[in-house]
Amino acid sequence: MDYFLQQLINGVTLGSIYGLIAIGYTMVYGIIGMINFAHGDIFMVGSFIALILIVALGITAATPVLLLILALALVLVVAMALTAVWGWTVERIAYRPLRGSFRLAPLITAIGASIALQNFVQVSQGAKNKPLQPLFSGGFQLTDGGADGSGIVVNLSYIQILIVVTTVILMGSFTYLINNTNLGRSQRACEQDRKMASLLGVNVDRTISLTFVMGASLASVAGLMFLLYYGVIDFYIGFLAGVKAFTAAVLGGIGSLPGAMLGGLLIGLIETFWSGYFSVEYKDVAAFSILAIVLIFMPEGLLGQPEVEKV
Amino acid sequence: MQARQRDSLLVASLKDSLGAAVITFALAVVMVGLRVDVASGRGAELFLENRWLAVAVAVVVVFAGRFAMNIFFWKRDDPPSLNFSGLLPEGGIGERSSKAIKYGLLVLAVVLPFALMFWLGARGSRQYIDLAILVLTYVMLGWGLNIVVGLAGLLDLGYVAFYAVGAYSYALLAHYFGLSFWLCLPLAGILAAFWGIILGFPVLRLRGDYLAIVTLAFGEIIRVVLLNWYEFTGGPNGLSGIPRPSFFGLEFTRGEGGFANFFGLDYSSIHRIIFLYYLIFALALFTNFVTMRLRRMPIGRAWEALREDEIACRALGINTTTTKLTAFALGAMFAGFAGSFFATRQGFISPESFTFLESAIILAIVVLGGLGSQIGVVIAAIVMIGGFELFREFDQYRMLVFGMIMVVIMVWKPRGLISSRTPSVALSKNVKGISADLVQEGRG
Repeated sequence: MDYFLQQLINGVTLGSIYGLIAIGYTMVYGIIGMINFAHGDIFMVGSFIALILIVALGITAATPVLLLILALALVLVVAMALTAVWGWTVERIAYRPLRGSFRLAPLITAIGASIALQNFVQVSQGAKNKPLQPLFSGGFQLTDGGADGSGIVVNLSYIQILIVVTTVILMGSFTYLINNTNLGRSQRACEQDRKMASLLGVNVDRTISLTFVMGASLASVAGLMFLLYYGVIDFYIGFLAGVKAFTAAVLGGIGSLPGAMLGGLLIGLIETFWSGYFSVEYKDVAAFSILAIVLIFMPEGLLGQPEVEKV
Repeated sequence: MQARQRDSLLVASLKDSLGAAVITFALAVVMVGLRVDVASGRGAELFLENRWLAVAVAVVVVFAGRFAMNIFFWKRDDPPSLNFSGLLPEGGIGERSSKAIKYGLLVLAVVLPFALMFWLGARGSRQYIDLAILVLTYVMLGWGLNIVVGLAGLLDLGYVAFYAVGAYSYALLAHYFGLSFWLCLPLAGILAAFWGIILGFPVLRLRGDYLAIVTLAFGEIIRVVLLNWYEFTGGPNGLSGIPRPSFFGLEFTRGEGGFANFFGLDYSSIHRIIFLYYLIFALALFTNFVTMRLRRMPIGRAWEALREDEIACRALGINTTTTKLTAFALGAMFAGFAGSFFATRQGFISPESFTFLESAIILAIVVLGGLGSQIGVVIAAIVMIGGFELFREFDQYRMLVFGMIMVVIMVWKPRGLISSRTPSVALSKNVKGISADLVQEGRG
């Protein structure tokens, strides 16, 4: 039971990170119907930017708590802004010229952009792993492992709380943004019918760009969280995380914001429980198999709407 | 629009270039300007190096480049026409020149090893023949994938999985049962095709981009399984000592009963290389021959129709699932052949050779060459793999450039370099290639 609880906590944490990345996939897919293959690498760039900022500001575990939190908030904001520029640029260079082209074209430029981003980071930051000393240590001890020490100590670390809380706050504010602001309204309009939206005065290109900007900034939050949680990043983390987050988006129903979050949580839980109870080596196989199974039997996902084919 | 008219050419260009420069600065300031590295000796401390000069150069180059382009081309009312597309023949290569190129390349491929031997000698020509073998392997893979992506219009991002199935089939059959290459070659193809059917049956109902992701996932699953199943596949260490192919029972060995001995030649290791060259050449030609024949048959026509419009196909009574499945299985089969060739050439295989990047390279060859164009695949494979080998020293940069080129060519010519879509079969003799611009594809 204790072991289960620990796995549950870890799964929810991991799921929050996947969920944040999945939102970027789901929003872009919803609005222009393409898989932004480079999104995982945007996440990777975001986490590198966060790492560099942390080192540049000289944040360590020795920094006083209040200052630490302020500094991390600063890192978060700057990383979001800079990563958003990356997301915008990728859209501008690789996707916008191909709007209205045949369906495979943007997917192929997306693969090209993904390869380019990965190797750009490898060239500019080196291929070595970048380990970051943990900034937060400690947490709450939920169980003490029993009197005889036979049970398992269940830890809920501060960093896990931070990740989940940040995710919930961001999810809340982005849902508000989509549902209640002008930008959100034009996004939903473009999602339904791009041509009609542009006839009614919505600046479609700008809306799509902003979607990429939003997705990229959320991915950079996920990047920072990933960095703080695992403490080590390299230029290749984007690929796996990207595919899993895409799985999450599909599982939750692509195009649906709460669906992405739910899918992220589920994928995080499945992966953690799989490695906890079965085998660590095959955890990626588990995630990928779920992707295939969901797509085959339930292509609209948990919360999505079935897509109607039009001639 | 109003604002732009009021600004003079210079002011508008300046504004635009300044914007580009600011964005470049934002992109580069952290990712290029600072490099985080692990200090050696001081534990795992991280430290930063700065490269502000590189940032400054990037910003200046973007500003100046963009400014020049604005002044001379983009913001002018009468931009001088510089049609780069004119460099490529309009609507694809004409039939006659296409034929000339085809036969030229064919003759070149036939005489290539001997010409190289003649010029460079056995020792010097070896690396070039090796490169030619590599290029031909990719040509064959490209042609195989062309059936799936170019003809049937199914985006397969996990093509390398079938390549891996072929390679491992041969390696394992040889390892456990001692079967020879010539027996395993068809078996590897059949096994790969079988896997193609197993995978294709459930997933081929999916829409284009979903299919892409599922095939990608499948490719990764195969790789992870190969990597972790130590007892059977040797895990990350791979399998070594894979037997070499024989020439009608003659081994390429020194001494009695070997190839050189039988034909009364002096033994040289180049014999085997040349034999491998002609082997992959024959395999590639076989792939091409089958594809070209199938394109004229009802099944091939159904593939092409499927690529253009799936809904129309269904309305016309084509069974889309079996049509897709045949394309998928055939493509997989050729990957299986190529895989077993790869295994026998290398003598060693490991999961490292079958990463997603490999799939991406094959796909890039097909797409950049022009979907559905056989000659385009050849040209793209020569340029790409040749270019790769040429810049072998710049290992990281060449992948960076590869990614960028993929984007640039796709944006410039979304239909690939040779983008004609001549129907394989037409009712009237007058039907010419459908220009790429006229084809509005319904679905991926």
